[in-house]
Amino acid sequence: MSERTGQFSAVNRTSVVRSVSDVLVPLLVLALVLGVWQGAVWWWRISPVLLPGPGAVLSASWKIRAVLLESAVRTALAAMTGLSISIVLGTLTAFAFSQSALVRRAFYPYAVLLQTVPIIAIAPIVIVSLGRGFVSVAVVSAILSLFPIITSTTTGLLQVDTTLLDLFRLYRASRWQTLLRLRVPAALPYLISGIRIASGSSIVGAIVGEFFVGDGTPGLGSLIQRKSATLVLSELYATVGVATVLGTVVFGLITVLGETVLRRRFGMSLGGRVSGPQSGD
Amino acid sequence: MAAACQEVATGCMVTKMQRLNSQYRVLPPEGVLMTENPAIYALREAVVHFGDPQRPVLQRISLEIPRGQFLTVVGPSGCGKSTLLRVLAGLQSLSGGQLERSSGESAMPTRGASGAELRAGFVFQQPALLPWRTAMQNLRLPLELGSGAAGEGQAAEAGEERLLGLLEQVGLSRADAGKRPGQLSGGMQMRLSLARALVRDPQVLLLDEPFAVVDDFLRMKLQDSLRALHDARGLTTILVTHNLQEAAYLSDRVVVLQPSPRGLSADLSVRRSRLSPAERRRAPEQFEFLQQLSAALFPS
Repeated sequence: MSERTGQFSAVNRTSVVRSVSDVLVPLLVLALVLGVWQGAVWWWRISPVLLPGPGAVLSASWKIRAVLLESAVRTALAAMTGLSISIVLGTLTAFAFSQSALVRRAFYPYAVLLQTVPIIAIAPIVIVSLGRGFVSVAVVSAILSLFPIITSTTTGLLQVDTTLLDLFRLYRASRWQTLLRLRVPAALPYLISGIRIASGSSIVGAIVGEFFVGDGTPGLGSLIQRKSATLVLSELYATVGVATVLGTVVFGLITVLGETVLRRRFGMSLGGRVSGPQSGD
Repeated sequence: MAAACQEVATGCMVTKMQRLNSQYRVLPPEGVLMTENPAIYALREAVVHFGDPQRPVLQRISLEIPRGQFLTVVGPSGCGKSTLLRVLAGLQSLSGGQLERSSGESAMPTRGASGAELRAGFVFQQPALLPWRTAMQNLRLPLELGSGAAGEGQAAEAGEERLLGLLEQVGLSRADAGKRPGQLSGGMQMRLSLARALVRDPQVLLLDEPFAVVDDFLRMKLQDSLRALHDARGLTTILVTHNLQEAAYLSDRVVVLQPSPRGLSADLSVRRSRLSPAERRRAPEQFEFLQQLSAALFPS
């Protein structure tokens, strides 16, 4: 085995160990939390009406698995529709912000409003404009997930290495050439980071949307509403658990997909540049 | 003509700024054809400040750089070396004074900081490569930029062999063409950056401490490559460096910038005898010149 192959093996081993520990450590924490939870319910004999144990929650999940699955799929669809809308709008807004300081100064405070105005205040406007149902839920999800994409992508488009900007100026690149050949590719890790953060917000937005602007069709939001009204806490916990898992899965999928695209197609990573196998000089 | 230039460059002498100022050759007015080999840059009373005229970065700098010369600018940190280079590249406008450039091809000087006719390549302290592009795509970038640039597709077809030849000229192999910067070592990235600066067939090569972050062994190899390129292509090269040995080894002429009072404090010509690179590094002239340079930088 050559020295270089040996180095690669060592590097691969290190990355595999890191990947395994990335999965194992959170799972260990989850097992610990569930163990403490189950232990507390058993030790203090807490009534399932007040706090069901993880075992009871699991069995409730199995009991209503069909409803949970249908609700999760519908909420996920609304969230992904909302996220897609926010990716398109957020990226276009970021382009506009990056091209003009005046536009940025004029409109950025209103972008911040998206983050600060409570959804309960927007809900009546959405209902009046679009009625209750899937579209309104997706719109609420888009409103909640838009801000991280705008801020993150704008930062990426503006925070380009000044030396690279000098290089483009030296060769008299037009504004358009600088945007397409430098700013947009350089902003991709920021855009994907923004989408990652927004993915969680889009799930929350879809659930909250089902609360306020949904039409009562199955969804995790409406299910949570029904279960909290009937005080079947084990099924309520099961629904909340599925919502949490859904958010985590979407976040993980976007992270893996984004990282793969960045690494393979653009030679970059979410945490910085790829330092792949290097040739010696 | 090249031999004549070499003859001029070989006379080793020390001149102070006052004498340099008196040696200015005034360029003919715009539109007048020149028959002699003109200065490629003529900087007169150049001043640069960033908002506060009382604290200029460059103060009344006058400098004439003949075509084909390898000029090195040295000086302590903060004396304005990089700013001077950026002024010459057109990346920094002057707050006062005048810069004239002459491409030599049309033999018509252009005033101001535009200098569109003068083709210049710039090598930054960092390689400044686009990580999402392969080495070949990075090399092709200058051909894709500017108003008269070819589209990406056209640039891709144009002179593939020439670009591969350029890679080889700076010591990279054809196999490296498909690699991304992240797959190249620091030295190879620097070589690629040097090759990119040559893509538009520049008349002037401007380098801002290009070898500051590489180790001594690699620096020596890159220095040899740079001087060979300068000689082979008949470039005018302007290098900014902290490294006095580098200045002495590579240059035809070294100017010293001082921070206080701001300005050029010395202008030294280097005797370049016909020696191999290894012999030149050990030549007594090198040590004599280093002493002169040290004396100019640190007057007792």
